[in-house]
Amino acid sequence: MTQIPAKLGTLELRNPVLVASGTFGAGREGSTFLDLAEMGGIIVKSMTITPWIGKPTPRMCETPSGMLNAIGIQNKGVDHFITEDLPWLVKQKATVFASIAGNTVEEFVRVADKLRTARGIAAVEINISCPNLEDRNNMFSHSKTSTAAVVGQVKAALRRVPVFPKLSPNVTSLAEIADAALGAGADGLSLINTVFGMSIDVERRRPKLAGVVGGLSGPAIHPIAVRAVHDIHRHFPHVPIIGQGGVASASDALQLILAGASAVAVGTMNFVNPRASIEVTEGIADYMQRHKVTEVGDLVGAVKVEG
Amino acid sequence: MSLVVASGEVLSHKKYGEHYHSLTIVTPEIGKIAQPGQFVSIRCGADRGNILRRPFSIYRVHKRGGWGSTIEIVFDIRGAGTTYLSQLRTHAVVDLIGPAGRGFLLPKQRAHCLLVGGGIGAAPLFFLADELRNEGHRVDVILGARRSGLLLGAIDARRFASVCRTTTEDGSMGDTGRVTDVLVETMQRCETDIVYSCGPHPMLAAVSKICIEQRVPIQVAVEELMACGYGVCMTCVMPLRRSVRADQPLEQGPVYARSCTEGPVFNGAQVVWNGEADLVAEDQAELSPAGVATRHGAIEQPPYEHAPPGN
Repeated sequence: MTQIPAKLGTLELRNPVLVASGTFGAGREGSTFLDLAEMGGIIVKSMTITPWIGKPTPRMCETPSGMLNAIGIQNKGVDHFITEDLPWLVKQKATVFASIAGNTVEEFVRVADKLRTARGIAAVEINISCPNLEDRNNMFSHSKTSTAAVVGQVKAALRRVPVFPKLSPNVTSLAEIADAALGAGADGLSLINTVFGMSIDVERRRPKLAGVVGGLSGPAIHPIAVRAVHDIHRHFPHVPIIGQGGVASASDALQLILAGASAVAVGTMNFVNPRASIEVTEGIADYMQRHKVTEVGDLVGAVKVEG
Repeated sequence: MSLVVASGEVLSHKKYGEHYHSLTIVTPEIGKIAQPGQFVSIRCGADRGNILRRPFSIYRVHKRGGWGSTIEIVFDIRGAGTTYLSQLRTHAVVDLIGPAGRGFLLPKQRAHCLLVGGGIGAAPLFFLADELRNEGHRVDVILGARRSGLLLGAIDARRFASVCRTTTEDGSMGDTGRVTDVLVETMQRCETDIVYSCGPHPMLAAVSKICIEQRVPIQVAVEELMACGYGVCMTCVMPLRRSVRADQPLEQGPVYARSCTEGPVFNGAQVVWNGEADLVAEDQAELSPAGVATRHGAIEQPPYEHAPPGN
């Protein structure tokens, strides 16, 4: 096992490489290919207060260096997670980040309430930026006030667990949204969720996704993530950041770390290579050896920008 | 789960007919345990332009041989991924995940099995036919396509099937029309106990409808777009009835089952073929004419690469 302990705020991780929400389920399927105890952590598929069936198909299409998806957070609900998935994850010695979602502030809070007494959750990611829900104009992460409302109330319900709102890059000023989230009590930030996109089948003259628009992920969005992490780290240098967006290699992960992320998450590339997170970790360890760096923390935000 | 990430070596690359490519790949880890109806996901080049794996149903398997276990896949060129595969030569190494999904259920008692394939979608039915015949079942076949050049394995099927019908929409081979035009007649003549089908979505919908009417069990292997192929991305879902009975109303709406994990083989009577539209209309209206009004309209499968089993 590659030993490169990393600090994410108050959390001590085995290594700085997580898997992103929605790209590894709750770990069961992926455990065929790797040992969950070897991973820095797993951010599980977002859970909602009641089961959601998700959107009709087609739900995805491939795009240059990435893919678009509009899944609609198909999940079996928080109760299923607590009774079925969480005990299993604990048995696997996985570091569990619970991702929560909802259509209203109240729904978020009800999920958070259920998680408060659950054992084995290291942190909670608040999915306020999934671009797939019906009420797109009201996406929480596009407004300072609704971001603050969700984060504040979830944090009130989860005093002892660090919470990481996952922000959308589809905003004019990410720093303003981050400021609202931090002001409401966020312990750290997840950057970034998918980027809005759309693709059209020209022969049929129809959108390729049943949901018309979707979230772009994969290597195509990696530079957007690096820039977002760099921007927020500059504004809030002491805030722990989970950097995510298009990580396919150790070099991609290191870019996010050098930009200011304390941990990173591998997302879409899990679909291509279920062992991607392990390979990225090994690559980071190799880099640290070559560059004679002993602590991951020494690399966080260590990009040299002149002026 | 017995899924593995494996590397395989291309043993041969052939062309079938006008359009179809075949790769035989030496991959003992997958070949030895593969079941008919299962698929493999292949990484089509390491560059970052087209990142996703392409799923292919397994056309044939040779579990034992001088090379160890081999699997054969067939495909037509639909995009960058299949173009890449079409350029592979002997000894090229490919990165596979498989054998994925749930395959066809074989009859427990000796049965008359009718295999209905559309175009390249017929691929998994040949592996299935081998297994059925090994277990002593009777195998009959209907193969259909738009024209003769798009029929897969018609000569092969003639050799092993007790009854083999072919249909082409332009009449260039066999009966003029679609597989559904000869389905009832063939089922009656062959005293069919179970139908297995694979092909474009509209065809599977039409075949399922006829089988439900004829009260014959129908298993279909679906072609759905998938990103991961091992159960985590939730893109390849099929809407299923909560009850297996097709005459039950859909009051509660469908459940979405993953084609890569719960499928790609489903009970054709349980699939909600017309998707969301059915939920409103199906209980009031008769199903639309065979092969016409389906989820994709009257248009054939869109030419995306991410759907097995045909590819």
